[in-house]
Parts: sequence; C-alpha cells; structure tokens
Amino acid sequence: MLKDITIHLIDREGISHTLSAPLDMQLNLMEICKAHELPVEGTCGGMAMCASCQCYIESSHSILERSADEEAMLSEAFYVKDNSRLGCQIQMSNAIDGLIVRLAPSE
Amino acid sequence: MIKTDILIIGAGPTGLFAVFEAGLLKLKCHLIDSLPMPGGQCAEIYPKKPIYDIPSHPEILAGDLVKNLKKQIAPFQPTYTLGESAISLVKADDNNFLVTTNKGTQHLAPVVVIAGGLGTFEPRKPPIEGLENFEGKGVNYIIKDPEVYHNKKVIIAGGGDSALDWTIFLENIAASVTLIHRRNEFRGALDSVEKVQQLKNKGLIQLLTPAEVIALEGDDFLDSVIVNHLGDSKSIECDSFIPLFGLTPKLGPIANWGLEIKKNAILVDNSLDYQTNIPGIYAIGDVNTYPGKLKLILCGFHEATLMCQSAFKRIHPDRKNVLKYTTVSGVAGFDGSLKEASKSFIKAIK
Ligand SMILES: Cc1cc2nc3c(=O)[nH]c(=O)nc-3n(C[C@H](O)[C@H](O)[C@H](O)COP(=O)(O)OP(=O)(O)OC[C@H]3O[C@@H](n4cnc5c(N)ncnc54)[C@H](O)[C@@H]3O)c2cc1C
Ligand code: FES
Repeated sequence: MLKDITIHLIDREGISHTLSAPLDMQLNLMEICKAHELPVEGTCGGMAMCASCQCYIESSHSILERSADEEAMLSEAFYVKDNSRLGCQIQMSNAIDGLIVRLAPSE
Repeated sequence: MIKTDILIIGAGPTGLFAVFEAGLLKLKCHLIDSLPMPGGQCAEIYPKKPIYDIPSHPEILAGDLVKNLKKQIAPFQPTYTLGESAISLVKADDNNFLVTTNKGTQHLAPVVVIAGGLGTFEPRKPPIEGLENFEGKGVNYIIKDPEVYHNKKVIIAGGGDSALDWTIFLENIAASVTLIHRRNEFRGALDSVEKVQQLKNKGLIQLLTPAEVIALEGDDFLDSVIVNHLGDSKSIECDSFIPLFGLTPKLGPIANWGLEIKKNAILVDNSLDYQTNIPGIYAIGDVNTYPGKLKLILCGFHEATLMCQSAFKRIHPDRKNVLKYTTVSGVAGFDGSLKEASKSFIKAIK
C-alpha cells in the first residue's frame, strides 16, 4: 500500500489543519477537504465548473499547470490571485507531499 | 389558490420521480421551482454531461434523464409553478400547509415535500464594494425584459455563454454595449464567440479584455463603472451594469421554516420515511441529511418512493395500502391512459 501524504490546509478562519491523504484512491484536494468535513462545497462535483473549491497555494511545490478548463473557470471566479487553483483539479501525488494551501473566501 | 394532495418544492429528478410514485397511489402532485424549467441540477448545471450510475442506464445524458422522467410522470398530469421560489411555509389549519412564492402564488396541501436539492439557483455576484446598493438601480444579474435596455449604455461582464449571448442580443437594442472579461479567451459556443468577434471588428460593440470592473459610481442610480484594464483604471459611463457569472445554489428560504437544519441540509428521521421534525413535511433528495446520506439521484428516487407510502397514510389514515408491482397492476394515468403488460393467451391445442 502507498504511504499517505500530508496536506496543510488553512481554513477561512485562519486555522491550520493537517490532513492525511491517501494516494491510491484517486482523490483530489477538494475531495480530501470534504472527506475531512472542511467547508468546501464542491458544487459541480469537481468538473472545474463552480470555483467553490478555489484555494491559494502557499508552498513552493511544483504542481501540474492549470488546464484550459481550470483557467477558464478561474477567469470567472472571484478573489482570484496568481497562486489560485481549483482544489478539484489537484490530484494527490508524492510531488505535493507537505503542500500548504489556504481556502479562498466563499462567494 | 392552488390545491393539491402533495405539494413538491423543487422539480429536480427527485421531485419529478415523487410524482410517479404518488400517482401510483392516486395522489395528485403540484411542483414549485424557482428555475423556469424542471430538472434541477441536471437541467441547470450539466444537461449535456453523461451520468453512469443510473440503474439500467449504462450511460444517459442528464438532460435526457429529465426528459424521460417528464415522460414517465406525464400520465399523472403534474401541475407546475415555475420561475417562482417558495419563500414561506406555514400551517394553514389542522390538516393543511400553506406555501407562498416570491410572486405571491399560494398553494394549499396536506403534505409538503421539500425536494429543494442544494437550494435555489442565485446569480453569482462579483465582490465589488457597494454592488448591492445599486441592485435594481442600474445593476441587474438577470435580464427579464430586454426592452428595458433600449437606447441605454450597457456594460456586460463575464466570459461564458450568457455574457456572449446577451452581448449579441443587446447590441441590436442598446445605445452601446461593452463586454468586459478578465481574459481574452471566452468559454462559449463557437458561433457565439465568432459573432462577438465580428461585432467587435465592425465596431458595433466595445470589447475590453483582460479587464475587470472594480468599482461602481453614482449617487442614487449607477452613472459609471471603474474598470481595471491592463493595470490602468478608467471610468466608463453607463446606464446599466450586468454581471453574468452564472448561477450558484443557495439553501435560501428553506432554512427559515422551523425545520431542523444540519450541515446546510434538512435533518430527517433516519431514513424511515424522510419526514422532518414537522409532521406532514418531508424532505427528500439532496436537500436532506441523515446518517449515511449520499447525494445521488438513485438515492433520491428511493427516498421519494418511501416518502409516498408515508404520505398516503397521512392523507388517508383510514385506508389500507398494499404494495403492487407495476408489471402486475399496470399504470393507470389520471388522463385516462392505461399501460399494462399484455396478458398471456390461453388456448388449447387440439
Ligand atoms: C456536475 C454534476 C454531476 C453530477 N453527477 C452525478 C452522477 O453521475 N450521479 C448521480 O447520482 N448524481 C450526480 N450529481 C448529483 C445529482 O445531480 C443530484 O443528486 C440531484 O440533482 C439531486 O436531485 P434533487 O431533485 O434532490 O435536487 P436538485 O437537482 O438540486 O433540484 C432541486 C430543485 O429545487 C429547486 N428549489 C430549491 N429551493 C427552492 C425554493 N425555495 N422554491 C422553489 N424551488 C426551489 C431548485 O431550483 C432546483 O431546481 C451530479 C451533480 C452535478 C452538479
Ligand atoms: S468543485 Fe467545482 S470547480 Fe472544483
């Protein structure tokens, strides 16, 4: 079995949560947040269509670049910054072990 | 006043299927939905996307699922109040509830079923300071009557189909149309993107990209918007600002009806019959929660079925009800139609 990775997630109140995330379940960051009952809606189910999973990447991990769909949704999202990403488009992998992310404000 | 046996708030897949199960028990349904068409999330968010976990449909488009449900319930002649939100639910007398919409339409029924999914779909509002002060005073999120924009200076913001489509449409009516989007790329039907490109080339509309509306100006009524375009701020005079960023569901008025709410959903009695803390009010589909809840269409169908059995007992406390298979007893519509399995033919062979 693959070892879980760790994600440091800062919620909208500024509280930091250390989340352990399995690598063998094909989960993305939005789903990891939901699994830990954090306030991420994931309204579109992870299709880059709602931006309710927007977050800011605060560590220097190299993550797969934004896809065209993610770029398009972010261009219609609010509170977007250079380090904005859609959590549902970030798959769990060893490359993001120790990632630090902050939830964007809810709309 | 609209009177019915079961009043269903929310015409998503769950509410629609409830009409069928109620119909088998000879109960009549009326549905209210804030959207102009039935289908809920399937119709509003992803009509063209496939679903793979509807039993016996290896693959079905969400839009087709809704179309099939409407066909399946047609014999039970459901009636609708569409484009209106249920905003209040009160007890009218010992046996009836009164539900009123934002447009004042009143509905009376002994059983109310809330199948409101994630809630009513509300326009997404950009976080611009003071935006709400100008709502209806130059700022609108939904275009109800395009003629209002006759000879007006209109600014549209957004990068999807509705921003493109309304830019094309209002160009014919308005004095001027400016389309503002944060990127040069638009996500919409190819022919709409091309049409907007042509309008821009001909100088019939203004296109500002990458740009963003960052502030609004005006005393009582909107006079102008401040736009950040490639790092520079400039003011553009206008009569109307229409931000078109799509819709997002909000639980909304349902939260104020005295029902027990947990995690933004209505708590029901542990999947027995999906009744809420108020007897006679049920909650089914995505809108409810109980231990083990899954927000799936097939679970909504199951909940609708169990709910109807309980609603029947409530409406007809003195009548016995026995489960019948549709294959055996057929489906007798309120429209006089009868669907039934063909009878086997018995004849001796000599
Ligand atoms: C992108 C996406 C993909 C999905 N894929 C699947 C899948 O593969 N399989 C699956 O099983 N499920 C899937 N789902 C989930 C599925 O769509 C929902 O479980 C289903 O739509 C729930 O149906 P519902 O009828 O309970 O609620 P909804 O579909 O949300 O409908 C509720 C309706 O109630 C109306 N309403 C709410 N409040 C009021 C009010 N106060 N007054 C009037 N009207 C009101 C709303 O306008 C809405 O039309 C998906 C969802 C999304 C967004
Ligand atoms: S869950 Fe909708 S965009 Fe990520």
